[in-house]
Amino acid sequence: MWIYQKQLQYPVNIQRGDVGMAKFLFAQYGGPDSELSASQQYLAQRFTMPTPETKALLNDIGTEEMAHWEILGAMIYQLTKNATPDEMKAAGLGDYYATRGKGVFQQSPSGEPWTSAYIQVLNDPIANLSNDMAAEQKARAAYERLMSLTNDASIIAPLAFLRAREVVHFQRFGEALMDIQNVCVKNYAKG
Amino acid sequence: MTQQELLNQLQQIAFYLVDLNLYMDTHPDCPQGLALYNTYATKLRELRMQYEQAYGPLLNFGNMLAKNGFDWINSPWPWEN
Repeated sequence: MWIYQKQLQYPVNIQRGDVGMAKFLFAQYGGPDSELSASQQYLAQRFTMPTPETKALLNDIGTEEMAHWEILGAMIYQLTKNATPDEMKAAGLGDYYATRGKGVFQQSPSGEPWTSAYIQVLNDPIANLSNDMAAEQKARAAYERLMSLTNDASIIAPLAFLRAREVVHFQRFGEALMDIQNVCVKNYAKG
Repeated sequence: MTQQELLNQLQQIAFYLVDLNLYMDTHPDCPQGLALYNTYATKLRELRMQYEQAYGPLLNFGNMLAKNGFDWINSPWPWEN
């Protein structure tokens, strides 16, 4: 089971509201390659993983992704909390404001609600880990795009942290994939 | 106490504290609840330490020691029987 730790993994202290940037950040909060997708994909894949190392890795990275999802939520909250309805409307979140106010909803920037159709959960460890490596690279690229959309250092710093975590996760998934492939080769050699 | 007995006792106390925590979230000024919360939180901490000493970590990310190699990864995982 899970317990909650009352701290962010990386601090979020945004000084200036920016509704337009908040809208873009929904990509990583509730979009296809979001932290939410990553967490759900890894935590579900964990059940059928064949080795202690891969069970632990998917459990622990899946858990860390929940902490990343929380960082995105904190950023969206801080970027929108003082916005007027007119500012929401001007930034393209008029429909959003009409529907949910400033509730922090799991959706993409263009408003599609999050769906498990975004994720892949199979009982083939090689297919799963290959998907996971792709997910990390898609998220890494997403953070680079998001960083190119603002000059605000208090927004860029947590995004740079999250980008770096994608790189580390990719490395660990790659090691897990090599390990699983070696297990498969040994089992094949044994007959 | 066997590993399973200790785990069962931990589950019971941990669940009691989840339920009491929810009650306290909406009744933060209840003195009886507060006393129970702290009594059982102490028991939970003791039992967890006892489990950690004997069978390895129940928590990840450095919240418990891994004294016998990195035994965090060891089976059984909770979804396995």
